[in-house]
Amino acid sequence: MGSIRTISFDGVIVGGGGAGMRAALQLAQSGFKTAVITKVFPTRSHTVSAQGGITCAIASDDPNDDWRWHMYDTVKGSDYIGDQDAIEYMCSVGPEAVYELEHMGMPFSRTEEGRIYQRPFGGQSKNFGEGGQAARTCAAADRTGHALLHTLYQGNMKNNTVFFNEWYATDIVKNADGAVVGVIAICMETGETVYVKSRATVFATGGAGRIYASTTNAHINTGDGVGMSLRAGFPVQDIEMWQFHPTGIHGAGVLVTEGCRGEGGYLINKDGERFMERYAPNAKDLAGRDVVARSMVKEILEGRGCGPDGDHVLLKLDHLGEDVLLSRLPGICELSETFAHVDPTKEPVPVVPTCHYMMGGIPTNVNGQALTLDAQGNDQIIPGFYAVGEVACVSVHGANRLGGNSLLDLVVFGRASGLFIENALRDGIVMRDASDSDIEQGMSRLDKLNNSTGGENVAGLKKELQNIMQNHFGVFRNAEFMQQGIEKLAELRSRIDNAELSDKSQAYNTARIEALELHNLFEVAEATAITAEERKESRGAHARDDYQERDDENWLCHSLYSPGDKQVAKRAVNFEPKTVDTFAPKARVY
Amino acid sequence: MLQVSLYRYNPETDQEPWTQEVEFDSGGKDLMVLDVMEQIKAQDPTLAFRRSCREGVCGSDGVNINGKNGLACITALSETVRDNKLVIRPLPGLPVVRDLVVDMSMFYDQYEKVEPYLQNSSAPPAIERLQSPEERAKLDGLYECILCACCSTSCPSFWWNPDRFIGPAGLLQSYRFLADSRDTATEQRLSKLDDPYSVFRCHGIQNCVGVCPKGLNPTKAIGHIRNLLLERAI
Repeated sequence: MGSIRTISFDGVIVGGGGAGMRAALQLAQSGFKTAVITKVFPTRSHTVSAQGGITCAIASDDPNDDWRWHMYDTVKGSDYIGDQDAIEYMCSVGPEAVYELEHMGMPFSRTEEGRIYQRPFGGQSKNFGEGGQAARTCAAADRTGHALLHTLYQGNMKNNTVFFNEWYATDIVKNADGAVVGVIAICMETGETVYVKSRATVFATGGAGRIYASTTNAHINTGDGVGMSLRAGFPVQDIEMWQFHPTGIHGAGVLVTEGCRGEGGYLINKDGERFMERYAPNAKDLAGRDVVARSMVKEILEGRGCGPDGDHVLLKLDHLGEDVLLSRLPGICELSETFAHVDPTKEPVPVVPTCHYMMGGIPTNVNGQALTLDAQGNDQIIPGFYAVGEVACVSVHGANRLGGNSLLDLVVFGRASGLFIENALRDGIVMRDASDSDIEQGMSRLDKLNNSTGGENVAGLKKELQNIMQNHFGVFRNAEFMQQGIEKLAELRSRIDNAELSDKSQAYNTARIEALELHNLFEVAEATAITAEERKESRGAHARDDYQERDDENWLCHSLYSPGDKQVAKRAVNFEPKTVDTFAPKARVY
Repeated sequence: MLQVSLYRYNPETDQEPWTQEVEFDSGGKDLMVLDVMEQIKAQDPTLAFRRSCREGVCGSDGVNINGKNGLACITALSETVRDNKLVIRPLPGLPVVRDLVVDMSMFYDQYEKVEPYLQNSSAPPAIERLQSPEERAKLDGLYECILCACCSTSCPSFWWNPDRFIGPAGLLQSYRFLADSRDTATEQRLSKLDDPYSVFRCHGIQNCVGVCPKGLNPTKAIGHIRNLLLERAI
C-alpha cells in the first residue's frame, strides 16, 4: 500500500442526515474547521422519509403541556431501559431545539393561533398517564422529515459548512492509545482514498434497517457506523431492539405514518373489526408501536388477516374525509396510490408490521461521547469518538421508541454533541497522531476487497442475509429459531468476508460501495442475532414466545455486545434524572 | 420480455458512451423502473446509478425514462412502457460521471445562488415566530421540492445557460422564501435576481411542470417572481 493523502479538520461528522447536520451546524457556527462526510447528497439522507412529526412539549395544542409528561411517556415507552438522565435532557431541552428549527425556517403546519400544529401520536399522555391522550407531535403536514432535513441543509449552507458529498467512510483510524483520530474515506466520484484526520469524529450514520428483507428504510441504511465501530473493537448496546412499525405498505414496505392513526385512522381485520380495542382498551390504535405490531401479527396468525393470503390488515382512513386527508396527510395519499394502488379517501390501505428503527447502537452519554466498559465494568469514554442520532444509543428509546421521538433525538443530541465538542476544542484536545501502521490498519478491509478474486456475488449474499434476519429475528422470537439463525449467519460470515469485487474501476464504482456496505450489514445482523438470543425475556420490541414476561430481576439493564469475544455483558440503566423523581418500573399497559 | 436499453459510460474503460441492451423478465409484475435497474445491477454490478429512499422523497434517482425525466422509484412500468421498450438514460444537459450518474454541481450552484434559507433581520422570539395557516398555505406547492433536477434538466433555457439561468428548481425555492411571511429579505432577494438571465430566460415552455414528480409548478412560481420584479421596476 502506498501512502495516502491526509486532510485535517477539528471536527469531522460522518453522515449528512438530521443528526449529522445539526451537529455540523453547531460546529460551523463555532468557527472550528468542520467537515461533513456523507455518502449521499445531504437531502437524500433517510431523515427525509420521516413523516408524522417531532414530538416535543411546546404547549401549542395544550397550553398546560409539560415536558415531564413527555418524559414519563418516553420512559414507559422504552419499557424502562431508556436512560432517565438522557430522556430528561431530551424532553426538557426539546422545545428550545424545535424553536431553533422554526427560526431557521422550517415550514411547520400551523394552528389558528399561528403556533406550530401538534397531532396525537402513539404512547402519548397528559399528566403522567392519567389525563388521557395528548397531542404533542409537531408536524409539517406528513412531510416533517423532509422539511426538517432541507431546513438543516439550508442552515448549514448559510453557515458555510464544508460538505464532502458522496464520500464514503470505510473504517475508523485509531492511534496507539486507542483514541479515534479520524476515518478512511473514499471519494466516490474519483475513487480516491484519503485519511480524514480529526480531533473529534462524530458518527451520525443512521440505522441499518436493510438487514431485514422487508423494511421502511432507504437502500442506504446499511449500518455503516455500527459496522465500523464493531470492527474497531467497540461495543454496541441494546442492538437486539428493532422496531417494527405497524404500518408499512404491504408488499412494498413503504412507511405510512402513525400520524394517520393520530388523525383518527384505525386498523381493521378481515371481519372489519377494530381489533386494537381488544388489545389496548384505552389507547387502542395509539398504543406503543411494539404493542400494535404484535397485535397485528396475532390477528394475522389467528386467521383474521386480509387479502387472498390473509397476510396483512387494513388501515381505514376514508372516514376522516377528503379535506383532512389532503391537508394533513397529502404524502400518504400519494404513497398509497403509488405503492398500494389505493385511494385512501375511498378504500383502506393494506399494511403490515415492517422493520423501521434500530433502538440500539453505539452507547453514548448525553454529550454524544461514545462509551465502552473498562475491565471493572465501569463506563469508559472513548477519546475522540462521538455518536448521535439513530446510530447512537444514548439511550432515550430503550426497548421501544415512541413515534416522533427520533426526530427530537436527532436535533437534541446533534446539537448537544456540537456544543460539547465546541467547548472541548476550545479547552484544547491533545491526541497522538496516527502512525503509518494505524492508517494501514484502517485501510486493511478496503485493501482486501480491492484485491479480491473469486468470491461470491454481493447482491446474492445480501439477499441471503436479509432473509435470515427476516425469518429468524422478526416480531416474535424464540430460542430454537434464533439459534438456527445464528448458525446460518456463522456460515455466511466467511462467504461475505470473501465476497468478490469484480469491477475494480475507480470512477463512481457503486459495486465497491455496496460490497463495503454488505460487511457492515453483516456486523449489525450478527450482533443483533447473538444479543437477541441472549436476552431471555420479553421487553419492548423484543418479544419471545419462550420467555413471554418481562424479567426486571435479571434484565432491567442494557445489553452490551462486544465484537472481540462476541459476548453479551450487562450495563446499568440510568434511573437518576437530575430535576425530577425517578420513574420506577411498573407494568406497561395501554 | 421487456427490451431494456441502458445508457452506459465508464470514463476509465469506454472511449464513448454505448447502449446496453438487456432482455428483462418482469414476471408479469408491474414493477417500478428502479426495481428493474436494481435487478439488472444484481447481475451486472458495474451499472452505476444513484438511489436512496425508493419512495419518491429523496430525489436521488432522477433519470430520463423513455424520453421523459422522472424518478425511477415511482415510475411504474405500466405508465411508461410502450411497445415493450424501456430506454433509460441519464438526465439530459449535465455532464455524465458514469452511466446514469450525472454531475449535478451546476444544478446545486444555481440552488445556492438564491440563498435558500430564511432571512429575518429581527431577533427571534422565545417561542416560534407566529404564522397564520393562510400565510403558511402560501408555501404549499413550493417547500415540497426534493431537488431531483428532473425539471431543470428538462428545460431548454437551462440547457443553454446553466451558469446564468437559475432554472425552475432554484426559482421555485427562491419563491418559497419570497412567499414566506417570516422572511424579511425580499428586496435583497429580488435585487439579486434582477438581470436578463436569472429569471427572464424562462420562456414558459413548461417542461418543468410536465415532469415534476411531486406535481409542483415551477412556471407559476417564476411568474410570481417576474411580477414582483416588474412591480419593483415601476
